[in-house]
Amino acid sequence: MEERKIIIPGETIVHGDEFLPGDGARREGQDIVACKYGLSDVNDKLVRVIPLSGVYVPRRGNVIIGTVVGVTFKGWLIDFGSHINGFLNVTEVPRYIGRGELRDHFDFGDVVCAKVFGTDGGNVDLSVKLRGFGRIQGGQLIKVNPNKVPRVIGKEGSMVSLIKAATNCDITVGQNGVIWVVGDKIEDELNARKITEFICENSFLSGLTEKVEEYIKNDLKLEIKQTKFENAEVASENPQEEQIGEQQ
Amino acid sequence: MSVPGLQKERIIEYLKQGKRFDGRKTEEFRNISVQTNISECAEGSCSVKIGKTEVYAGVKMSIIAPYADGPDEGTLSVTLELGAMADNDFDLGAPRIEAIEMARVIDRGVRESGIIDWEKLCIKSGEKVWQVNLDIYAINNDGNLFDAAALAALVALSNAKFPVYDIEANKIEHKLTDTKLPLVKENMSFNLTIHKVGDQFVLDPSLEEEEISDYRLSIALADNKGEPRITAMQKGKPGAISESDMEKILNLVESNFKELNKKVTKIVWG
Amino acid sequence: MTKVESLYKKRSDGRKFDELRPITAQVGVVPSADGSAMYQSGKTRAVAVVRGPRLLHPKHMENPQRGILRVTYQMMSFSVWDRIKPGNSRRGQEISKVSEWALNEVVNLDAFPNSVVDVIIQIPQADAGTRVAGLNAAAMALAQAGVPMSEMVCAVAVGKMDRTLVVDVDKEEEDFHEGEGPTDVPICMTSRSNKIALLQLDGKISVPELRELVKMAREGCKKINEIQIKALREPGKEIKG
Repeated sequence: MEERKIIIPGETIVHGDEFLPGDGARREGQDIVACKYGLSDVNDKLVRVIPLSGVYVPRRGNVIIGTVVGVTFKGWLIDFGSHINGFLNVTEVPRYIGRGELRDHFDFGDVVCAKVFGTDGGNVDLSVKLRGFGRIQGGQLIKVNPNKVPRVIGKEGSMVSLIKAATNCDITVGQNGVIWVVGDKIEDELNARKITEFICENSFLSGLTEKVEEYIKNDLKLEIKQTKFENAEVASENPQEEQIGEQQ
Repeated sequence: MSVPGLQKERIIEYLKQGKRFDGRKTEEFRNISVQTNISECAEGSCSVKIGKTEVYAGVKMSIIAPYADGPDEGTLSVTLELGAMADNDFDLGAPRIEAIEMARVIDRGVRESGIIDWEKLCIKSGEKVWQVNLDIYAINNDGNLFDAAALAALVALSNAKFPVYDIEANKIEHKLTDTKLPLVKENMSFNLTIHKVGDQFVLDPSLEEEEISDYRLSIALADNKGEPRITAMQKGKPGAISESDMEKILNLVESNFKELNKKVTKIVWG
Repeated sequence: MTKVESLYKKRSDGRKFDELRPITAQVGVVPSADGSAMYQSGKTRAVAVVRGPRLLHPKHMENPQRGILRVTYQMMSFSVWDRIKPGNSRRGQEISKVSEWALNEVVNLDAFPNSVVDVIIQIPQADAGTRVAGLNAAAMALAQAGVPMSEMVCAVAVGKMDRTLVVDVDKEEEDFHEGEGPTDVPICMTSRSNKIALLQLDGKISVPELRELVKMAREGCKKINEIQIKALREPGKEIKG
């Protein structure tokens, strides 16, 4: 595997007939060329660009955390920070809601944790039918660049578990870059915020887990209560492979 | 942006214990950094940052006929742009009312303070006076554009020099003299905006605090032998100030004045 | 081609005729934006900010097939010696439109129907070549914002002072009126396919001279692209070239 480097649109990533262009790349003659700014990734013969930036594009199965910005008689419009809003139909709520009762259930300004179950036709369809989804209360929200979410979650959730162990907070990570943190003490939530910011600012560094642990121990002076994750390293960057946000 | 209910509640809850999301105390300012002379074509110019909030301000001088009620006095014109560059919610096109209000408040703050010696801007009584054109641009909004813009106005003014003016040819040349604008240091007023968030009063609000505050009160403060002198005030947003609120605000002003005045004086005059 | 006698013998800043002014570039200068960049050539500085893809208002401008690019170019009042009244100007609107056409050549918004990508270009200090500086900054800002782009664009103002062909015209040269006077040719090229995405001309020129100018512009653009790449590889760092 070639070393990843920051690639700029129009640059040649690799040269050769044997390669296949994946996300963010195209073939031009013998070259595989970048069509997006990000990290080049050459895995076997598949060449793609891992985005460092860019608006969140919802995918089926993603967990998102968004705010109710519209209420119709059929459901709620949810803003999750993308260029499209999501729609939560009354039929996707695990209880009967009569006409005119929608605002009693979810009102303007309410925050919901929902799952994306459909993205065709230019609409993003959401559901809160499963356990653990629905309106959330208490705690605070932290906004991060959605492209950094895989780093915040970590391989098999190792990074987010580290934050939980250090701060004793409940953490739910939305793929759209909104993180819900609930702690018993103010300091715990503020520490979770600081650690998350540290992860995002240093997301491109190798050995990130060690650096985060150092930051937690030396700068924040916190104990990490659970056992260290031995294999936590570079997170898989493909959001579909990544473990979706979990709530404990 | 609209702040979700959950977030607003948390911010207010924290403030009850004197805590803010970025770890600051309620009356603590973020780091202020200033760069002057950001345009070589300006008589005076600067970039002011409060935390990540950034504005540019520049002074250009022009010559006009004086107003009837001040034949020996120069004039001031302040414009302010809250452009789409600085914030997702600022639009392209015509200035929003917030920009107009902010420009006028800063204008009054400078004008009424007496920092500009108007008569020294007179070229020929009743015929020609200098007009000070102060233009402010928001570059990045991370809360408290008001104080950043007002500070940038002062820094641009304090750094400004007269352009070379050929009185015979009635032509302003494209170069500067070494003469600074006629400013009266002792009359400087700086702007302090106080926001009521939940039950608490905060200085230098973050973007979210600013969005959820009940009201804001911008106060222009000058130094009267070490005591604060209020030279202008503007309440903005729909909330109303109760009697006890007013008392708390005035206490806040009295207790923070010395330190802030010292800080601003150093930034503006060096 | 025989050497031609020209009244323009020497550039006042000592540059060679095909030499660019010193460049400074930095990506990520406006933290709240999706992408941003500063590009400075000599004394001309441009700041470009990208916000989007995002929902578009007014809705009647929406395109259901793909996102639209909206470019706004403005000069700050104090960027030049003769103050420019803040607000829209006709010149600003024209430059906004030709810049938009140039950037549209490389940007791909098929994945964002009914959305808009706003590119805001501001000039805090001007010494000619503002529209090309703006384009160079905008390209970096669009890339940093993660907007899908087939390649970058690079722009330079080439020109002719009397009979002398030059690259990166400055203000003093724009005002050179001897002999055939000044001819100003802003050109924007795509970085990989070398297509011309913006082309304007003001003055008088022969066909062989124009051919030569386009070649010189291509060389200049190559150097500019190298700096754009350096700046994007190290966001936040000021890159000089």
